[in-house]
Amino acid sequence: MLDGRIKKLFNETQPQVDFASLRYHRDSEDSATVRQDVLQPLATRRDEGVMVTVHHRGGTGYGATSELTETGIRAAFARATAWAERTAAATVTDFSRLQMPHLQGTFRSPIKQPWDSLSLGAKVELLTTLSRGLKASAKIVDWSASLWHQRSERLYLTSGGGEIYQDFDRLMPMLSVTANDGTETATRTFGRMAICRQQGLELLDQSGFRTAGQQIAEEALALLVAPNCPAGPRDLLLSPDQMVLQIHESIGHPLELDRILGDERNYAGTSFVTPEMFGSYQYGSKLLNVTFDPSRAEQTASFAFDDEGRPAERAHLIKDGLLLRPLGGTVSQARSGMPGVANSRADSWRRPAIDRMANLNIEPGSSTLADMIAGVERGVYMRTNCSWSIDDSRNKFQFGCEWAQLIEDGRLTQVVKKPNYRGISASFWRSLKQVGDAASFEVLGTPYCGKGEPNQAVFVGHATPACLFSDVDVFGGE
Amino acid sequence: MQQYFNQLAATATAALRPREVFTAFVSGEDSDFCRFNGAKVRQAGSVKQCKLELRLIDGRRNAQGELSLSGVRGEDEQRVLHMLGLLREQLKQLPEDPYLLYATEVHSSERRQISDIPDSAEVVSRIVDQAKGVDLVGIYASGSLYRGFANSLGQRNWFETANFNFDFSLYLRADKAVKTGYAGFAWDESAFAAKLATAKAQLAVLDQPVRSITPGQYRVYLAPQALAEVAEMLSWGGFSLKAQKTKQTPLLKMIEAGVRMAPSVTMIEDTAGGSAADFNDLGYTKPAQVKLIDAGVYRDALISPRSAQEYGVATNGAGSDESPQSLSLAAGSLSDEQILPTLGDGIYLNNLWYLNFSDRPAGRVTGMTRFASFWVDHGEIKQPLNVMRFDESILRLFGDKLVGLTAKRELLPSSRTYGQRSLEGVHLPGAVIDDFSLTL
Repeated sequence: MLDGRIKKLFNETQPQVDFASLRYHRDSEDSATVRQDVLQPLATRRDEGVMVTVHHRGGTGYGATSELTETGIRAAFARATAWAERTAAATVTDFSRLQMPHLQGTFRSPIKQPWDSLSLGAKVELLTTLSRGLKASAKIVDWSASLWHQRSERLYLTSGGGEIYQDFDRLMPMLSVTANDGTETATRTFGRMAICRQQGLELLDQSGFRTAGQQIAEEALALLVAPNCPAGPRDLLLSPDQMVLQIHESIGHPLELDRILGDERNYAGTSFVTPEMFGSYQYGSKLLNVTFDPSRAEQTASFAFDDEGRPAERAHLIKDGLLLRPLGGTVSQARSGMPGVANSRADSWRRPAIDRMANLNIEPGSSTLADMIAGVERGVYMRTNCSWSIDDSRNKFQFGCEWAQLIEDGRLTQVVKKPNYRGISASFWRSLKQVGDAASFEVLGTPYCGKGEPNQAVFVGHATPACLFSDVDVFGGE
Repeated sequence: MQQYFNQLAATATAALRPREVFTAFVSGEDSDFCRFNGAKVRQAGSVKQCKLELRLIDGRRNAQGELSLSGVRGEDEQRVLHMLGLLREQLKQLPEDPYLLYATEVHSSERRQISDIPDSAEVVSRIVDQAKGVDLVGIYASGSLYRGFANSLGQRNWFETANFNFDFSLYLRADKAVKTGYAGFAWDESAFAAKLATAKAQLAVLDQPVRSITPGQYRVYLAPQALAEVAEMLSWGGFSLKAQKTKQTPLLKMIEAGVRMAPSVTMIEDTAGGSAADFNDLGYTKPAQVKLIDAGVYRDALISPRSAQEYGVATNGAGSDESPQSLSLAAGSLSDEQILPTLGDGIYLNNLWYLNFSDRPAGRVTGMTRFASFWVDHGEIKQPLNVMRFDESILRLFGDKLVGLTAKRELLPSSRTYGQRSLEGVHLPGAVIDDFSLTL
């Protein structure tokens, strides 16, 4: 827990304005990678600073500084206040009329085995052992094992007495194997970077990190001799570590209210979703149930409050395929007059909060993975995202996976390489044919969701089962 | 800030134990940001930040740490000493690093770019005034930026600049828009007005019935801004020695199978002509230029000190990601007047968007058209187009499908601000490409 230093500084420096807040971040990151059995330079990062925000006379301004003294924070408030005053006549909304939350509360990640409970030497030994197990053939030309850990403490204070302390602790284990033969190269990973949770070292056993190496090495080698994924319409079964990107790009981003309001049109893009569609638009088949769920504590983007102090609660965004609610925080809700969720988030003290996904999940259905495979006459099973691209309205997409197998007459058969598929969000989710049950449900996420001007990258969680889609345009490589 | 950094370096030097060496790389900014939507202010603010990367070396053992500096000397000295202590403890538990390489010959330098950036709030007022009546969206970023290197061997390098970058779009409706920008070291009101007027005029061209086309092969013109997206994909491992050696480069066929691009394609890492610092985080100075592709033939890679040691070659001062910071593509011979006639019947693409590899070893990328794209009929711009997906090989795009490069090039500073404002940029012509594959 933080000492009272920051709160004292806030009390001493907050200006006489309509609304003032201070968001303090204290972050530490540690990562270790053993590549080709050689320990790479360790990365240790310590970062500390504050973002102050002012709403005054209708305008808004922010100031970010790492100078955590009365002088430094007073200067940041002065710059924020000056921005609010200078822009008051030309803002997108009357910021002084916004009802900003002033709540108190705390959140802590549910850590069982803390990062420091294993010595640095033991971590290096573990990674070295795993690395050595990845070099299964002379055709494997690059391989690595990594651990990445982040702890991020945030204190949010407001001029109305709001005080929220949240302590996030995240871990991401990674394995990667690259095999080559001439101009053919194939890479397999341990979920790429999707296995990222608010958990301690217990994640290593729960996720199968210690034992996954042999399989991904064998799969990389198998891809070298596999034929290309065939082209044409087929049923498509997606594993959770591909569903992560499918949800993220073609449900998450289109539902962000700031995109719908046009804030992101110069950079991340707009949305094919318009305000009138909420409550009446059939986004997907009746099997599609999507929740904003900050309550699954171990998921990477769980929290009790967003970065503007709004309490976070689970909510259905899509129920039985029907579009219900956008992803918009306090400011976007006020600007649009629409309901939203607590999703105003910033990646660090350097950036202001904007509408983001947090945990955006597909609820489990009732189909077992075996049943889904058994029901497909001519299809492809794709796993682990490696390529993603979608238009600025979040409609025309193309995704690629590391690994695929054909499904023929209800059985998994031939391994195929360079599997890709393309579609259009507005129609793709209506082809959702079956949703996996709780047994295929995985809690995943991504550490790099980029958006905003100035740019910022945040953690986003996606928990999902495997899902089956009908008649998707699939294809392979050159 | 330079003097402050040197003082911290002296503190760190004094705290070293026998045999220990340290390197330090500092990067910071004092920036203003103003974000617009509908020609109104969405968010405006200022960010003052400075981060220090420290590496402690003892023989062949090394550990690195990064910390934010507060700007308060006593506090920062404590942070530096604490980090050194942390790294020293780590070294005790680490094996020797066979690929450690850092500069041991002292090459100090100092470079400051002259600038005269205006008061940001004043510029914002002018933008709001001039954009009345149009749907302007984008970001104005402005302020000072610096990079510095120091080590305990006495080397000191400093680079400092101050600039602005107004990256913006004018929207007509839905996704129909013109994207442009105005960047520099001194604000010229008439230059900005001219940029805005040009964009408004292009917006008028967009105000026509939209044409939808079917997937297929089309002759296209990629304006420099569109080509910059392709260049960014090439920069993602294309010129990295490590990516070459581990067979993960998208130019694998050029290296392994002797595939060539067109003879008109020459690419260089043009540090001398760019706006990034000319030294890296381990103290190596970058050469003025590195020729990456010479008349269509793959030539030199970008080589970090670590790769140099691992693969037994000399470093050319590249950063650890071995990607270009100032990529330059040589001009061709197409004049501005020849672009549309050369295109004939085809598509004029001002911007591409969200590229990714659909087959990395083959150098094939997918992506979208974005902003102002036009159907061209007999060398005349006719109608705006709806967005289309493409899937195309970079090797063929710069190879047998390349009809020609323009004689005029554009210097495009990066508007990226992840973590901090970027100093990177590209210098590119436009390109006419035949049989460009549109897929959706």
